[in-house]
Amino acid sequence: MSALSLFIDTFFRPDLIERYWLSIVHAMVVTVELAVCIIVTGIALGIGLALLRACGVRIVNFFIVVFSDVNRALPPLVLILLAYFGLPSFGINLPSFAVLWIVLSLVLAAFSEEIFWAGILSIRKGQWDAARSTGLSFAQALLLVVFPQALRLTVPPLTNRTIVIIKNTALGSIIGVPEILNVASTAESFVGNITPLTLGAIAYLILFAPVTVFGRWLETRFAWKRA
Amino acid sequence: MDVAQQFFNIDVMVRVLPIVLRGLWMTLLICAAVVPLGLFGGLLIAISMQTRWRGPRLALAICIDFFRALPPLFLLIFLYAGLPFIGIHLSPFACVCLAFFLNTSAYYGEVYRAGFESVGAGQWEAARSTGLTGLQAIAYVVLPQAVRNVLPDLISNTVEVVKLTSLASVVALPELLYSADMARAATYNSSPMILAAAIYLFLLWPAVRLISRLEHRIAQ
Repeated sequence: MSALSLFIDTFFRPDLIERYWLSIVHAMVVTVELAVCIIVTGIALGIGLALLRACGVRIVNFFIVVFSDVNRALPPLVLILLAYFGLPSFGINLPSFAVLWIVLSLVLAAFSEEIFWAGILSIRKGQWDAARSTGLSFAQALLLVVFPQALRLTVPPLTNRTIVIIKNTALGSIIGVPEILNVASTAESFVGNITPLTLGAIAYLILFAPVTVFGRWLETRFAWKRA
Repeated sequence: MDVAQQFFNIDVMVRVLPIVLRGLWMTLLICAAVVPLGLFGGLLIAISMQTRWRGPRLALAICIDFFRALPPLFLLIFLYAGLPFIGIHLSPFACVCLAFFLNTSAYYGEVYRAGFESVGAGQWEAARSTGLTGLQAIAYVVLPQAVRNVLPDLISNTVEVVKLTSLASVVALPELLYSADMARAATYNSSPMILAAAIYLFLLWPAVRLISRLEHRIAQ
């Protein structure tokens, strides 16, 4: 067999592509569903925590910092396994999709809280003073003046961090979420051929290559400058 | 207390401590291999990205984005399962190092690149005009300033690498998480996992705090 046909037989076997491409597409849908769920809940929680932190209640802030530090310091796989095997002891039995969604949402919330908080801190004090002196309440000044400006600065780091966390949906394969890696590697061990994993690679590239390039573009476009 | 028995069982923790510590040692070994490799690979990438030729620069950027687009766990499993098919037989440790090297040097490369961009072109020109060679100008003038400017990102990326090592458990490399998970399965008790989480926190919390401080100082 020539080198080329050996290569094709190992990585791109046509009959296996035909057999598995549809299940990989279904797995892509699961990955996208997870991604959307995680982004919505994770970033909403992150914004909520950052705004709460801006209120400056000592004891509340202490817990926010602990939450964010713990979720940033622990490997996501540790959190996933802890939740997956630990929650049943509390009588909580969640499907693996829900476990992955909750854990990665918490991780994204922790990172995005820090990013939003850094954004809020970067707004000059004069903006607060000016907003308050026009008669806006604290909440109005925060929501209408400071936070919108902070938001602009947070876009590039938030985008890049979100992409990194969304790629962790691949960890769902370990607890049985039928996402791309799970489906591809199950098929790979079933047929004893790499082709399904090649399909998985293509699926990941279709999903993540554009957003990776987009994140890089954002970074050069809005380099972290102060308002 | 059922929950205390299940999660904070001191007896179990003491019993599994030797296994978990052996796992920690393996985690540190992986870090000792991957962090320097990634730092060095990333630096090479960033320096190569400074080239004037567009073709190689574009090819390199595509390579970097390729490895940044694939989830690291996928990359690890793909290499672990795929390399034997093309006649390359690596130990799990070597395979983990290779996969994480490809992933992290792409990320470190981006960090250094941002660092280089933050140093004005004037610095480079001034360094060259004093008679330094290109390599000297990078090593003595541009790089120190670049590293200082992106220090929080470099540390943050290193924390990510240490967290990444937990994925090695998937290819049965007995690092910290793998050992703790084995101990959990053997004792029917979650305390070993709590122990492992505590060790990760002990290792990484100071770094995470430091990153926050550095970032807030830059923001203010």
